[in-house]
Amino acid sequence: MSQSLSSIARFSASDLFKGKGQPGGRVAPFVVILLAVTVLASAANLLLPESSPFYVSTYTITLLGKYLSYAMLALAVDVIWGYCGILSLGHGAFFALGGYAMGVYLMRQIGDRGVYGHPELPDFMVFLDWSELPWYWLGMDQFWFAMLMVLAVPGLLAYIFGWLAFRSRVTGVYLSIMTQALTYALLLAFFRNEMGFGGNNGLTDFKDILGFDLQSDTTRVALFAITALMLALTFITSHWIMQSRLGKVVVAIRDGEARARFLGYRTDNFKVWLFVYSAMIAAIAGALYVPQVGIINPGEFSPINSIEIVIWVAVGGRGTLIGAIVGALLVNYAKTRFTAIMPDGWLFALGALFVLVTLFLPKGLVGVFSQLTERWFLMRNRSQVKNSSAEESDKPLSTGAQASAGVQTKEASV
Amino acid sequence: MSALENLTAEGKEMLRRDQVWPFLMPKQQAVDVSHQVILYVEGLNLSFDGFKALNDLNLYINDGELRCLIGANGAGKTTLMDVITGKTQCDSGTVYFGQNHNLLERSEPEIAELGIGRKFQKPTVFEAHTVFDNLELSLKTNKGVMPTLLARLTPTQLDRIDQVLEIIGLKEQRFLLAGALSHGQKQWLEIGMLLVSEPRLLLIDEPVAGMTAQETERTAELLTSLAGEHTVIVVEHDMEFVRSIARTVTVLHQGSVLAEGTMDQVQNNKDVIEVYLGEEA
Repeated sequence: MSQSLSSIARFSASDLFKGKGQPGGRVAPFVVILLAVTVLASAANLLLPESSPFYVSTYTITLLGKYLSYAMLALAVDVIWGYCGILSLGHGAFFALGGYAMGVYLMRQIGDRGVYGHPELPDFMVFLDWSELPWYWLGMDQFWFAMLMVLAVPGLLAYIFGWLAFRSRVTGVYLSIMTQALTYALLLAFFRNEMGFGGNNGLTDFKDILGFDLQSDTTRVALFAITALMLALTFITSHWIMQSRLGKVVVAIRDGEARARFLGYRTDNFKVWLFVYSAMIAAIAGALYVPQVGIINPGEFSPINSIEIVIWVAVGGRGTLIGAIVGALLVNYAKTRFTAIMPDGWLFALGALFVLVTLFLPKGLVGVFSQLTERWFLMRNRSQVKNSSAEESDKPLSTGAQASAGVQTKEASV
Repeated sequence: MSALENLTAEGKEMLRRDQVWPFLMPKQQAVDVSHQVILYVEGLNLSFDGFKALNDLNLYINDGELRCLIGANGAGKTTLMDVITGKTQCDSGTVYFGQNHNLLERSEPEIAELGIGRKFQKPTVFEAHTVFDNLELSLKTNKGVMPTLLARLTPTQLDRIDQVLEIIGLKEQRFLLAGALSHGQKQWLEIGMLLVSEPRLLLIDEPVAGMTAQETERTAELLTSLAGEHTVIVVEHDMEFVRSIARTVTVLHQGSVLAEGTMDQVQNNKDVIEVYLGEEA
């Protein structure tokens, strides 16, 4: 009796309930699908003639690349919000900073091909009558240095912000408001021409990256493929982190920070490092986004963007890495479709979606999906148990096992 | 010249290979209990907006003792635990763990690392984790960020978890989510989380609240078996339970110690009868 109980418990704990609120879940199927779609779409763009019904336009490729970088951004927010309970309403700031770092690099690649034809200065600096590059633009013509800055600048900002906030034990709504203020302050700063990042217009008119023409189909496809690879990579890394004991501690902090502290975990350190990790993923997403979209401007810092990311995660299902990605892809696809039909209605639709999801799908779409599969598993289990018990004519065992399985499912779906 | 000599002498002193630099000295030192006392609480004062939660409180706990704290609501029992575990800062007074660790200048995780475990009044377990994971998180290990990321369970740790699961009687529920446990089982799991971390001193706040008579009995057995190897301080309202486990009882009243002694001594104490037991009778 007890053996069968625990074997059922073990089975369900190891397979059924992973990928729910807990660290775990399956990685391989998602990564395989992602990479397969990437390869197929790329091949369909590069190898097929435009007349073919299976041809994928370069526009679509770029759009997919954009969605995937949004998915990475959602992943970053999910790591910090879904697993650690820190609702950051300012993650757009890290995304935009990563984007700006990439933008500066791309600006310096233009060289003397700008409208004013200055050998070194970007157009907006010539326009502002600047005579030389500001110090923080130096070295950014080197790709490796620019990529370092993509990670370092947002990472450092996240570290300082997190260190100050988490050490003073700011949590909940207050922390969310502070992150919102952070991104708003950066928005205002980047709007200023004196800041040296192109002010209102931002950075645009990029020509090439690492010597490859940004307008060519191959470069576009390559950027899309790199974005997909990076998404897969960050997804796998995040999954690994969340499955390690660190991930368990992070969830423990979400559910009972005081308890975790009394167990001897320095919870503020854990939160700071997770925040930095999350900010870096957001920054990579931003750096991949900019060359595909072709522009970065202060609008990316706007608080509404950051709130939108949170909605993607909520729709997909927070606390599951796949949920965040699925949510970002679906909502953005809906946005593309919706804004084509009714541009003014989108924000209303988004608001309504958010309300509906919080009211009726607290675990998001992935939550609904796993509830359904669970029910299916449970039914299968039940019939199996029934069969076996009929053979052994051991009634008490089957009811006991059913009851235990029932309790588990109920709890897991709460 | 002499300045140079001083400098070289100092340099030599720095490079001595039989000594560790002061800043590299491990802070973690064994608790010094050579005087048989593991916890010294002296002259503790704490007021919240004029209300004196702790009023010149003195308390000494011997190593390996099982001590019960009783007292009416607002007598300062839980506040005392908060101060000991670093959750609340006190206004004045000293709290020493052994003779060498000043608890007042340490944070909650540092105090936990020293070997002081705490069970809350309301059972607080990590409900989204399984029973097993709850215990794994409580293991006595290096709890820095990187070591936690790379942590693997060693066979010894697995055995320890199994052992504790046996003690708290949750062996069959090991892969059940902690949120699915009954109230009594959660209380036990939380005690198990303390045990698995191998603490020197256990602070246990109302362990039998909401337990059935049978569970209460088992808890009493468990706590008495712990004393000796560990030092246990129990806060409890259930007088029957206190009577069943206590060797020494401390009665708190309005933030200070009113009486101390065996259960019989305390119950016959005039002051106690007047302010605490008297009210109940």
